Amino acid sequence: MIPLVVTAGTVRSAIGAGLAETRESLLDRRSGLTPCDFAGVKTGYMGRVAGIEQHSLPSELLSFDCRNNRLADMTLQQDGFIDAVADARAFYGASRIAVITGTSTSGILSSEEAYARRNIASGTMPADFQEEYTQDLFSLPRYVAAALGLTGPLLTVSNACASSSRAFIDAWHWIAAGLCDAVVVGGADSLCGMTLRGFASLSLIASGPTRPCDAMRDGISVGEGAGFVLLERACARSISPMARMMGFGVSSDGYHMSSPDPAGRGAMAAMTQALNRASLTPRDIGYINLHGTGTLTNDAMEDGAVFKVFGDGTPCSSTKGWTGHTLGASGIIEVLFAIQTLETGVLPGCLNVQTVDPAFRSQIITANENTAPRAILSNAFGFGGTNCSLVIGAA
Amino acid sequence: MHLSLRAVAVRGPGLPCWDAAIPVLRDPALWTDGPVILPPLTALPRNERRRAGPISRLALSVAEEVCAQAGMDPAALSAVFSSSNGDGGVIDSILHTLTAPDVAVSPTQFHNSVHNAAAGYWTIGHGSISPATALGCFDWSFGAGFLNAAAEAVTENHPVLFVAYDMPIPGPIGTVRVTPVSFACAFILDPDLNGPAVARLTLTYDASMDDVTDLPADPELRALALANPAARSLAFLMLLALRKAGYVHAGCLNGTLCMETLPC
Repeated sequence: MIPLVVTAGTVRSAIGAGLAETRESLLDRRSGLTPCDFAGVKTGYMGRVAGIEQHSLPSELLSFDCRNNRLADMTLQQDGFIDAVADARAFYGASRIAVITGTSTSGILSSEEAYARRNIASGTMPADFQEEYTQDLFSLPRYVAAALGLTGPLLTVSNACASSSRAFIDAWHWIAAGLCDAVVVGGADSLCGMTLRGFASLSLIASGPTRPCDAMRDGISVGEGAGFVLLERACARSISPMARMMGFGVSSDGYHMSSPDPAGRGAMAAMTQALNRASLTPRDIGYINLHGTGTLTNDAMEDGAVFKVFGDGTPCSSTKGWTGHTLGASGIIEVLFAIQTLETGVLPGCLNVQTVDPAFRSQIITANENTAPRAILSNAFGFGGTNCSLVIGAA
Repeated sequence: MHLSLRAVAVRGPGLPCWDAAIPVLRDPALWTDGPVILPPLTALPRNERRRAGPISRLALSVAEEVCAQAGMDPAALSAVFSSSNGDGGVIDSILHTLTAPDVAVSPTQFHNSVHNAAAGYWTIGHGSISPATALGCFDWSFGAGFLNAAAEAVTENHPVLFVAYDMPIPGPIGTVRVTPVSFACAFILDPDLNGPAVARLTLTYDASMDDVTDLPADPELRALALANPAARSLAFLMLLALRKAGYVHAGCLNGTLCMETLPC
């Protein structure tokens, strides 16, 4: 694999705006989950980002206005990301930087609101509704490229909850194939009635704040968030990277649309492939950021798959107790959490856990531990049986 | 990028499969409009067959056809599925449900609402753990998807199944995102330049060009090409059917993919 580095990045979720706030919340074990009160849903908890309703897009990009693109825009404006991309643009040229984003539901909340205002007699949508720039999946990279002044190739990956993790693999393919020199990789997913009520229909919403890996876990808390990184070849520019992207693994379950394969065949394949591509052994991985959604089946499957590949010697945790499950954005958000963990040296132990599931055999940690890992594996799995594992290394 | 095109499949109005489409694509005067008939998904277990929506049946019909044409094992192929609208029928139905505060969303509809539903059913049907990704690139779903599948094939040095597919969306959302017809096409791109192939491809992507998509000269096929994002492939399919060396462009955002073919 060609060596790739992350040279800029930013993240926004219920636990903070930008890297510094995110880092503090992880170190202080401060969850962002609150009782759900969104789109008429008042059961369970949610990881809501404050201030989206008050945020405005630039006037020339107002046609893109929707909750998801506002969240993306708020995120882009943090951590000097726009300036960092401008430097890369000056170096490579605007058309040599691609934008590859993952999202599961894009701006569908706009369609939900438009259906409530539709003309029932004629069956038509309100005149101000613009599907192409809101609900459509391609709206997100088009917005990001426009906001960053980039004119390279754009792509939306929509592999459910593995969307923004999978985006890294496509970014690697594009850089390796010479289609571009750098990629803004990321994703955004925002609260909407479809996911809140959809997961409820599958009885997958936890009654309290989600508690991944707990013996009494009872589901997810839906969250929202966004994150972006600038990914490029190592040493192409003389700037210090934030982290190295060392290995990627991707697979399918081939088992069921909404339940993971309990044998973890696909998850193990993704993790093993990521290690092989990074030329690392399981002992080189200092921490695993689990997909860890808090459902009975995901966490049990993942524990089994991790144990078979890593044994019980590698500390593992899920950070969904902080942010909730941010669906297609969870991959990029957790890559940025992994980068924070590499920088602080402190592993974020699972939140909200009273007793780790006694059937689990991998090393689940429930308190923060300062162990200074040098390489981290980050998992993301999704509906449709889609699996992705990334290895992120210290700069 | 240099690739072998191992096989082609198509399903659209008046184009029921690749073999039947070849004479029509060579002589557009033979084209007649007609319904797009979706075959049953024999590869899927009965429960999954019952749950899979028409969009998955459309996508999987061409995926099965192209694998059969190439004589390749579906479970051994990495796959790229590209669609603008995904399952518009399910999205419209859920959007209707959400307007009523106390009506439960159908669990089957919710899991079919993910954009990678067709990719998921494909891997379930074949018990495959090979990667399958789902892209959504609006009217550029054919060009951007083909570009992505080709980049994977050359980088990973393995064959890639590429499927482009879209269907009309019912309901209010379908009045603003208008897709008049169903259309799907599938290709197997192989980095092995010496093996069996329909054609050798040279693909050149240029981000700085306009997003030009070449369209058929025939007015009816031209209208068909504009009636579905996956049908933007028609000029390319016609070139392949003619078994002539040449090139066509498929628009991306940004830029365009020049697809040069040399028949084998």
